[in-house]
Amino acid sequence: MSPRTKFELKPGMATREAFGRALVELGRENPNVVAVDADLSKSTYTHFFAVEFPGRFFSCGIAEANMVGVAAGLASAGKIPFAASFASFAVNKGFEQMRVLVAYPGVNVKIVGTHCGISIGEDGPSQMATEDIALACSLAGFVVLSPADEVSMRALVRAAAAHNGPVYIRAGRPKVPVIYPPSQSFEIGRSVELTGGTDLTIVATGLLVAEAIRAADQLAAEGVSARVLDMHTIKPLDTDAIRRAAAETGALVVAEEHLAEGGLGVRVAQAVARTHPCPMEFVGLADTYAESGTPEELLDKYGLTARDVAAAARRVLARKR
Amino acid sequence: MQRTNNVQELNAICKRVRRHIVQMIGAARSGHPGGSLSAVEILVTLYFDVLRHDAARPDWPGRDRFILSKGHGAPVLYAVMAECGYLPVEELATLRKLGSPLQGHPDKRFLPALEASTGSLGQGLSLALGMGAAARLDGAGWRTYVVLGDGECQEGQIWEAAMFGAFHRMGNVCAIVDYNKIQLDGFVKDIMELEPFRAKWEGFGWNVIDVDGHDIAALQGAFAAAASTTDRPAVIIAHTVKGKGVSFMENNPKYHGTAPTPQEVEAAMKELA
Repeated sequence: MSPRTKFELKPGMATREAFGRALVELGRENPNVVAVDADLSKSTYTHFFAVEFPGRFFSCGIAEANMVGVAAGLASAGKIPFAASFASFAVNKGFEQMRVLVAYPGVNVKIVGTHCGISIGEDGPSQMATEDIALACSLAGFVVLSPADEVSMRALVRAAAAHNGPVYIRAGRPKVPVIYPPSQSFEIGRSVELTGGTDLTIVATGLLVAEAIRAADQLAAEGVSARVLDMHTIKPLDTDAIRRAAAETGALVVAEEHLAEGGLGVRVAQAVARTHPCPMEFVGLADTYAESGTPEELLDKYGLTARDVAAAARRVLARKR
Repeated sequence: MQRTNNVQELNAICKRVRRHIVQMIGAARSGHPGGSLSAVEILVTLYFDVLRHDAARPDWPGRDRFILSKGHGAPVLYAVMAECGYLPVEELATLRKLGSPLQGHPDKRFLPALEASTGSLGQGLSLALGMGAAARLDGAGWRTYVVLGDGECQEGQIWEAAMFGAFHRMGNVCAIVDYNKIQLDGFVKDIMELEPFRAKWEGFGWNVIDVDGHDIAALQGAFAAAASTTDRPAVIIAHTVKGKGVSFMENNPKYHGTAPTPQEVEAAMKELA
């Protein structure tokens, strides 16, 4: 019989709110932490920081290119700026500034993109970031983080501030389950094994981590032992854990709330190809844009639920045999 | 290094800098002479009179910051920095060569004394304002200066930053527009007119100072006027001549991004003797 998941899923807050709360804690501890925002502080939760530290909060208006540039200037003069907006605007509109003003000189800027993926819901595709992982990972030297719950977000915001260099942090709009106990520690670049398993490994990030845990439970009921890895750091990738997973379980499913072409999946596939080639399947958004709807309806329609992860697991097991 | 507010001495330095620019771009066989030559008096006045800096201590926290947002003007910046002692004058001959600290556009990784890596137009003003915000948070007295191209002001980010600067009352930031009226494809007025340029900056809430960008005494006065207003940022619109100092390059769009031939270098050096 396969082992059950180590961690029980309990109701929790949105990762964007966890970011906003963690930023305030950081602000209390370090006067060099500052925030810049582009008229979305009530949605990105940087307004907690703005209320407590008005002198260290810079409203940029709806001008993301300038927001990233101002953050780069603040960082160049010794500050630790967190620049936050919807991921679709911070990354897509601020991308060239992230490249030339942040990545290229290696400046200590933290970009936080909230409302990632399609789970933003009713607002529709213009507000949805489904390519931000691909874009951020293409920037040399950037660390790319995608926490799954409030505990890991809080820890990884702190890790991002302690890391001297560019970081992109992906945060979601909907409330998500708490996966981890408060004592859990996290390290940039080191994944967390949530479930031991021997038949296959599910590598998940962000919102799909909880879905992967649920899928592992479903598979366990069928007698399948699935290992689940929370790949909270997408860059630099934990290639050791991936190599071990490929070698020890012989089949991988990668699950993410992002375009399947260009996200975590292709990065894991590259690592697998270089170390221990094995059958792989991918759960992610197909080559399309989503639509308006409730988050639950959209995740269901576009194939990003535990059911879809379990189905991918069955497919990859069939190929393994 | 030599600091001076003497106009005659500053003009002599300008002549040396122009000779460096022509020689280094000629040797590199590529680069942007026109917009380097137009900004010579602006940078020489800044580095030898206005900026508080020390070539022996490029990381001095209290230094004023300088950003060349129009990064294609790198040769004038490198030549002025060499004259200040940030690098040996002989090193100017390595411009654009593999491994040189003098990259085609300013690159902090190769020349750490630079404040910024630039080259993608429209970005330096945001950077300067972020630096100014940091200085203000620290209660530090250093100022930030940023040179923009005129064509560069066609970028939308310049105006995002202009709004930010006035709104946040960034009185410790001074922008200088090298208004030489020419960009790569031709005359600014034919590519995308900027006029009424002064009114645009005034409308955005900046302290606007028009000046002849080749008149050192006038530039000194403009920098003093810019520093005197502390409740809003200043922009000095420096009216300049593209290719200034080399007759066949002056006001000729060809020399925005074309290196002089060896014969042209020889002719230019005679004019700059």
